[in-house]
Amino acid sequence: MEPKRVVCYLNQFFGQIGGESEANTPPKQFDKPVGPAMGLQQLLPKNCQVVGTVVCGDDYFNEHLDEAGRAIESMLKKLAPDVVVAGPAFNAGRYGMACGAVSKIAHELGIPAVSGMYPENPGVESYRQYAYIIETSNSAAGMRQALPAMAKLTAKILQNEPIGSPREEGYLSRGIRTNIQVDKRGSERAIDMLLKKIAGEDFETEYPIPHFDRVSPADPLQDLSTATIALVTSGGIVPKGNPDRIESSSASKYGKYDISNITSLHSDEFETAHGGYDPVYANESPNRVLPVDVLRELEQEGKIGRLYPYFYATVGNGTSVANAVKYASAIAHELVNEGVHAVVLTST
Amino acid sequence: MEIGNIYIKDIQFGEQTIIEDQVLFVNKQELEELLQADEHLASVTLEIARPGDSIRIIPVKDVIEPRAKVEGDGGIFPGFVSKMGTVGRGRTHVLKGAAVVTTGKIVGYQEGIIDMTGPGAEICPFSKLHNLVIVAQPIKGISPYEHEGALRLMGLKAAAYLGEAGRTVEPDERFPYELPPLPAYETKYPNLPKIAYVYMLQSQGLLHDTYYYGVDVKHMVPTFMHPTEVMDGAIVSGNCVSACDKNTTYHHQNNPVIHDLLARHGKELCFVGCIITNENVTLMDKQRSSDMVAKLVEFLDVDGVIISEEGFGNPDTDLIMNCTKIESKGIKTVLITDEYAGQDGTSQSLADGSPLANAVVSTGNANALVTLPPLEKVIGNQDMADVIAGGFKGNMESSGTITVELQAIIGATNELGFNRLTAREY
Repeated sequence: MEPKRVVCYLNQFFGQIGGESEANTPPKQFDKPVGPAMGLQQLLPKNCQVVGTVVCGDDYFNEHLDEAGRAIESMLKKLAPDVVVAGPAFNAGRYGMACGAVSKIAHELGIPAVSGMYPENPGVESYRQYAYIIETSNSAAGMRQALPAMAKLTAKILQNEPIGSPREEGYLSRGIRTNIQVDKRGSERAIDMLLKKIAGEDFETEYPIPHFDRVSPADPLQDLSTATIALVTSGGIVPKGNPDRIESSSASKYGKYDISNITSLHSDEFETAHGGYDPVYANESPNRVLPVDVLRELEQEGKIGRLYPYFYATVGNGTSVANAVKYASAIAHELVNEGVHAVVLTST
Repeated sequence: MEIGNIYIKDIQFGEQTIIEDQVLFVNKQELEELLQADEHLASVTLEIARPGDSIRIIPVKDVIEPRAKVEGDGGIFPGFVSKMGTVGRGRTHVLKGAAVVTTGKIVGYQEGIIDMTGPGAEICPFSKLHNLVIVAQPIKGISPYEHEGALRLMGLKAAAYLGEAGRTVEPDERFPYELPPLPAYETKYPNLPKIAYVYMLQSQGLLHDTYYYGVDVKHMVPTFMHPTEVMDGAIVSGNCVSACDKNTTYHHQNNPVIHDLLARHGKELCFVGCIITNENVTLMDKQRSSDMVAKLVEFLDVDGVIISEEGFGNPDTDLIMNCTKIESKGIKTVLITDEYAGQDGTSQSLADGSPLANAVVSTGNANALVTLPPLEKVIGNQDMADVIAGGFKGNMESSGTITVELQAIIGATNELGFNRLTAREY
């Protein structure tokens, strides 16, 4: 059986090029384990081989992100590892950011990455979803504890074993919600949690509610009669037949549709693709969700300057907040470039 | 109230509808004729799907457990199958292990898959049951509302019809439930924490509705319900869209929060009862309902409540309003919800939140993908698998394999806490 291939990433210090004076060293490739990579090799199972070490100065990496990234990407492509191991970086900020960025490059090449950092290293916050970052102490004195934990997780990945929870494996949470089966059903777990909460004992929520991004409304327009107004909806109004096949739930896209010659939405030309509400009334008259008829009247009366000739639509039903933010940013960018002054946003 | 479970180990068609040695025999012709009598239905056919069979049922409208009211007031599914009468007392026989599943062309974006074997079966509670599947086609020209109503009633009638077969059968196990009036709890269990259950019911419109004694709950104000009422079908499901976290009638009949609170009642806690509330679409309705829920909880003078959500997105606001208003009265809450964290699990999971919602039970990420291999037989129609909630364009391979979000598997992330699935941060 072909040995499994591991490539390590180290900074100039751990890569044995030199101290702070060598921090401007551009990426270098060694076709063998160097420094801590030698220690890692000894901790890995027999069929796993460290086939190369990529070393780069911390200053060079952080000041030449694109060049360093491109050079390392081409080195990784040549070395074709099964896993990239970056660091450990402990609490070294520039080194941690570099380890994180290298993990992201590996992730984009489809290669899993393992790293090691102190929880407050800025590389954790920026790159945690791209690597299994083993929690380490804040200085290189923790190398003895960090390397075996990193080696153990690396071996698990190489041997295609399932990776357990952060607590079980010792890595810092990657922020990935993962489904698992537990011993008790949800109703029992809820009662257990409530009894603890009432008794004032410690309990652990299964979903920590995140900080919500509240957006304050923009200032009102000074003059509506000269304003260009656009219509955007998460209510799923689309041309009949749903040409872009926007999903009835968990939409993977949004659509942009021409209404320049339309004064009112008719049921034979438009419909809703939304699967999360009673579609009967929206299909009878799509204006109920996307009020083209009323905006055309206001345009005729001169109360608004004009209705923007396209509308944007997606389906809000079951669509993750992260995707909704992505679609909204893209739509807002286009509307701003097109000189639109305000948007009527309808939801369902 | 006493529940008598009659174990059902198989369903077969036979000359007479009868239970013999834990096998439920069904007179196919008699039941088909009974259901076909509805003027809204053009055709009704019955099929049997057993655990392990290579069968996919799609799209599923409802799942109902056959039961019979043997002693006590009222009958099964009051306001639908039985005349009006308060239920939840006396004795009820349950055909445990059997279910009625309704399918056929449904109104809009059809929902819900039950695979009787394979990876889909591992995450669906109904794959473990012996299912009598009813495939119904409506007459032409029927309105979506009439169509939904006819299918809903059809399932309830079938479950009541099958339940009658258990009326005179000696149950395999019996569960008695205690029923004293509220003030008696005070004196009987002075040292146990008093707990109420806030039971949120979908009420957003067609295919998102729920009924209590026949009342569409969107037209109801929150009210007090005795926990055992659900065991006789006081709550009926009219919703199946985004099937993973919608409560089928089966879930209501077997509500696990009610079951587990009753099981621990008098030992670790004192369960004082349920407040049922709705999840309407307008802000005024949401404010009124959450105000009334908090008021009722305060009147009950409890130490804590469990709040279960039904659905996601819009009802997340109802969940959080209920939570914050109750917590603001100094009463502890635990919420049960599922998550929509995206297919990759990296998104924020709920559409609303509050720092007061600090105790949450997660029943899983509904956006996670599952691949379902082809099965030998499809009951219903698989053509809709790319447009149901949880499906997407290109999710059907020519081999018959389909990839869907968990959303499409009926009951997979049920927010009554029916399953052992949860989501953790990895």
